[in-house]
Amino acid sequence: MDIISNLINGTLVFSTAFIFAALGGLISERSGVINIGLEGFMVSGAFFSAVIAYYAESAGLGGLSPWLGVIGAFVFSAVFSSIHAIATIGFKANQVVSGVVVNILAASSTFFLVKLIFEGSAESPLLTTVFHKFRIPFLSDIPFIGNAFFNNYPTTYIAIGFVILIYFIIYKTSTGLRLRAVGEHPGAADTVGVKVNRMRYMAVILSGSIAALGGATIVLTSNGNFAFNTISGQGYIALAAVIFGKWNPVGAMLASLFFGLAQAVKDQLQIFEFAARIPNEFFYMLPYVLTMLVLIGAVGKARAPKALGEPYEVGKR
Amino acid sequence: MNKFMSIFRRESAVIPVVSIIIGLLLGALIMLIGGYDPLLAYDSLITKIFGTSYDIGEALRSIVPLVMCGLAVAIAFRAGLFNIGVDGQIIMGSLGALIVGTKLSLPPLLHALVAVVFGAILGGLWGALIGYIKAKRGINEVITSILFNFIALYLSHYFIRTFMPQAGTQRSAMIQESASIQIGWLSQLMGGARIHWGFLLTILAVIFYHIYLNRTKWGYELRAVGLNPDAAEYSGMKVPNVLVRTMFISGVFGGLVGTFEVLGVFKYIAINSVTSGLGFDGIAVALLGGNTALGVLLAGTLIGALTYGSQGMSFGAEVPGEIIRMVIGFIIFFVAAPGIVRLFFRPLTNKMKKKV
Amino acid sequence: MTKADIALELKGITKSFPGVLANDSISFQLKRGEIHALLGENGAGKSTLMSIVFGLYQPDAGEIYVNGQKEVIDSPNKAIDLGIGMVHQHFKLVEPFTVTENIILGMEPKKGLKIDIKGASAQVKKLSEQYKLDVDPMARIESISVGMQQRVEIIKTLYRGADILIFDEPTAVLTPQEISELLEIMRRLVAEGKSIVLITHKLKEIMEVADTCTIIRRGKVIESVEVARTNPQELAEKMVGKAVNFKTEKQAATPGEVLLEVKDLVVEGGKGKNAVDGLSFSIRAGEIVGIAGVDGNGQTELIEAITGMRSIKSGEILLQGQAVANQSPRIISESGLSHIPQDRHKHGLVLDFTVSENILLQTYHHPEFSQRGFINEKSRDEMAARLVKEFDVRTPSIDTKVRSMSGGNQQKVIIAREIDKKPQVLIAAQPTRGLDVGAIEFVHKQLIAQRDQGKAVLLISFELEEILNVSDRILVLFGGQIVGETTPESTNDQELGLMMAGKHEGDGAHE
Repeated sequence: MDIISNLINGTLVFSTAFIFAALGGLISERSGVINIGLEGFMVSGAFFSAVIAYYAESAGLGGLSPWLGVIGAFVFSAVFSSIHAIATIGFKANQVVSGVVVNILAASSTFFLVKLIFEGSAESPLLTTVFHKFRIPFLSDIPFIGNAFFNNYPTTYIAIGFVILIYFIIYKTSTGLRLRAVGEHPGAADTVGVKVNRMRYMAVILSGSIAALGGATIVLTSNGNFAFNTISGQGYIALAAVIFGKWNPVGAMLASLFFGLAQAVKDQLQIFEFAARIPNEFFYMLPYVLTMLVLIGAVGKARAPKALGEPYEVGKR
Repeated sequence: MNKFMSIFRRESAVIPVVSIIIGLLLGALIMLIGGYDPLLAYDSLITKIFGTSYDIGEALRSIVPLVMCGLAVAIAFRAGLFNIGVDGQIIMGSLGALIVGTKLSLPPLLHALVAVVFGAILGGLWGALIGYIKAKRGINEVITSILFNFIALYLSHYFIRTFMPQAGTQRSAMIQESASIQIGWLSQLMGGARIHWGFLLTILAVIFYHIYLNRTKWGYELRAVGLNPDAAEYSGMKVPNVLVRTMFISGVFGGLVGTFEVLGVFKYIAINSVTSGLGFDGIAVALLGGNTALGVLLAGTLIGALTYGSQGMSFGAEVPGEIIRMVIGFIIFFVAAPGIVRLFFRPLTNKMKKKV
Repeated sequence: MTKADIALELKGITKSFPGVLANDSISFQLKRGEIHALLGENGAGKSTLMSIVFGLYQPDAGEIYVNGQKEVIDSPNKAIDLGIGMVHQHFKLVEPFTVTENIILGMEPKKGLKIDIKGASAQVKKLSEQYKLDVDPMARIESISVGMQQRVEIIKTLYRGADILIFDEPTAVLTPQEISELLEIMRRLVAEGKSIVLITHKLKEIMEVADTCTIIRRGKVIESVEVARTNPQELAEKMVGKAVNFKTEKQAATPGEVLLEVKDLVVEGGKGKNAVDGLSFSIRAGEIVGIAGVDGNGQTELIEAITGMRSIKSGEILLQGQAVANQSPRIISESGLSHIPQDRHKHGLVLDFTVSENILLQTYHHPEFSQRGFINEKSRDEMAARLVKEFDVRTPSIDTKVRSMSGGNQQKVIIAREIDKKPQVLIAAQPTRGLDVGAIEFVHKQLIAQRDQGKAVLLISFELEEILNVSDRILVLFGGQIVGETTPESTNDQELGLMMAGKHEGDGAHE
């Protein structure tokens, strides 16, 4: 039982970053803008959280410093999502290409800055104050469930909160209705006075900030600093989670949990002898192969927003 | 000659050139702000590229994979596909070359040839599979290629660790010398720069790309499918076949890069936690080169040379080499959003028009 | 007449796009409570003008008065505020949304943070009942009929409090019955005090429902007339600018052997339904068979089945006696079938290919044009040059991209390519859609010329006039079945209209 409980806990730990990034990607894609740049936003979030938390720590802010890191990641990563927004919405650049640009720029500029700030060092200093698992009083004392669900990093709780919040916004509020309309049929939205491009700007910029929280999560819970390999492919996994989850916040969360599970399984199974003989690589590969199989099997059911990838041109109403 | 020159007056050529200039200027500006000396930095970049015959050779060595990756992305793009899976195809190519290079024993020339062909085919099949899934199941190739990149990466790790390990290291065993495609005498002439026959193959690939696309029946089909798949289908073309065929060729280009790196440069594969990223640079090259053969050759040369030269910047001017990655990012950004570039040079062209 | 009687007035509206003067100093008055038709050919500038009124475009010059007040309409929002609503030709509806969600989009009633969906659908229901529109507020757009979707568009404007309604070619996609229902709705709206602008190129509707008609030709107002004091012939001449011959000249047909035969054909459409449902007919050499019917009754699936683009469920398709069902498009095309597709931009042309590359599309694989895997550019260009001359394609050169050419010339490229293949059977689907009168005449003459050369021609069209003018024999398609057969001489558009709506001959048309 402990193993399963630990497995669930581990799944939540690994999934949190994916959930944030997938939610970010989802918001952008729901508005009709493809977001390959999630990887870059995560890099940016990891960088800003590491640097800001480091300085906050040095300034003696103690337990407050990781929180400042989170906020900084959210705020400053908008720089990179703004680049994506301006290129794709303002100048109608190819959205995949623009996403690739964001990834290149985010990686290169943050490494450049790390070397600049920390005098040639390839990584930021290790943080001493990071997030710790937080036991929710009483709930965490419930056997099995307590350890599995209520003994987690604060970022995990925030991520779940975001899922609920974004679900509510998308499906219950007028902002959400407009967001979906803009991604499905921008011409229809425009003729009833919804500002298509303004909506998309907001969605894309916000998308970067939320995805950045994923990067911050990795730095502030597991890695403790920012290096060139802190983010290595998680953004792409999150993108897969968006599609796997059918552009639905709950679906994206479930897909993220699935990816997290695949990682957690590896850690937990290593206790057993039979599992130790399975090459690690197969565990690493598992989520991708499964996603591929699911996509192949479930084709046609997942429907992308209709206007995804198309810049909105007034003449094309 | 006039026709040749007129190519450079078209907007399709002006935009990339202006983008390159703005990109380099922005890079200089950032260096200034960061307290570095941009002139010294660019100077050491150029010195690094042209300084010694070794440097020239090594710069050429870095250009080769970028041109090939550019072609891989470009040919898929012309068929309407976004192949961001070149990284995975490179891995499969290098894995194929490594298997033949370590496990088979053949006479020198033949061994290398078999290794290159096997790697290229493996890369090609890896690409074709993406095309097949797109054609048969309608799954977006972007997502498939992302997944395939990771699968290729871990697959190669598994094969290396299990069948071709080098004890105590994070890399594979070395290939046999008979499988090497290095050009020994030229290498020696250029101070040991790792020059290999892949250079020649790259030139051939560029020529092949141009002829295939513009002169052949299959190339005509490819362009028709890329520009309007519905009309292509109405005219009796088998669109799925075209997609698979194109992705195979694209994968072969990628796979060849892998074989070059293994057989001509490193002689082994290092186990890395991430893919090389060369495929993503290929997107930059293809875009900058307008998906044409000549364009890709020029763009690959530029980006390859810049990338190689950036090593000199950290050495000569103590500027982190990442600045060049940023410059490359800026350049693609401007090429992808030409509207921004037009903002820059509209006043200029207006002036020219007034004079006329 | 006092100012207050004028709901909308335009003065000297001018708008140009690169290379086109779409509106040239247009003036126009819409009286309160009238239905005012705006008549003109495709590309005459009607839609541009109304897009300006609705705030989608800004005029280069001119003034707009709404209820006597000078206004600058810089966005659809402003137009909506001024009580102007537009029912677009291509509906502006979000398919996965419900009727209510579509109607409230942009003006959502709220209850706390949430949208008040219940209240909204009650209001939609009320509006629907008030104007007898019979719309289900909770239905999804993708599951309701085209006519119903149009009514959702009407409620959308009413929900926003529109007093001036602009209908842009509203009948293009409707069945004759839906058309008469729509005209009824328009009369009801006017009776409730609304004013309507009806953009159309169909004379019949104007005669039936409009009070006034303003004719626009090449961006200029030709005249405004009271409909009661004019007739269709006069309107048509003003629209086109010359005497119009409604009848296309042709000799009587001399049908020969059967070239295309379709037997008990069943083809599946989307969602598991049979789009073509047990359909049989045959076409002989030297005749034009017209298939009349409202869009969506199986035309697309029928054409796709015959051309090999879609597999059939059961039945037979015989091309010159040879079974071709479920063969590849290439094999069928090579067996003597040519096809002018309904959507020329999507299916007929590669817009970014040159004229000669487009002309090669069907035949590039012939040994004449491709040897050892290489395209023979010389024979390609020779063929292109010859066809450009023969079919009078107006283009600067055969190396021009077809994207930059006019619709008429693009269609000529397709027709040249398809006819030059020397087919035995020619399928022409909506061959004149979006063309001007001159180009329409050209297309019709080409079809008749093919017939006279002993080819079998299948004409599929939603325009009754075209069917009646060009065909030798008419089949009526409804719900995937042939529900009637007749000849142009022995029928008229009313009777055809009824058949197209699924009412068999004799069900009441002749009583």
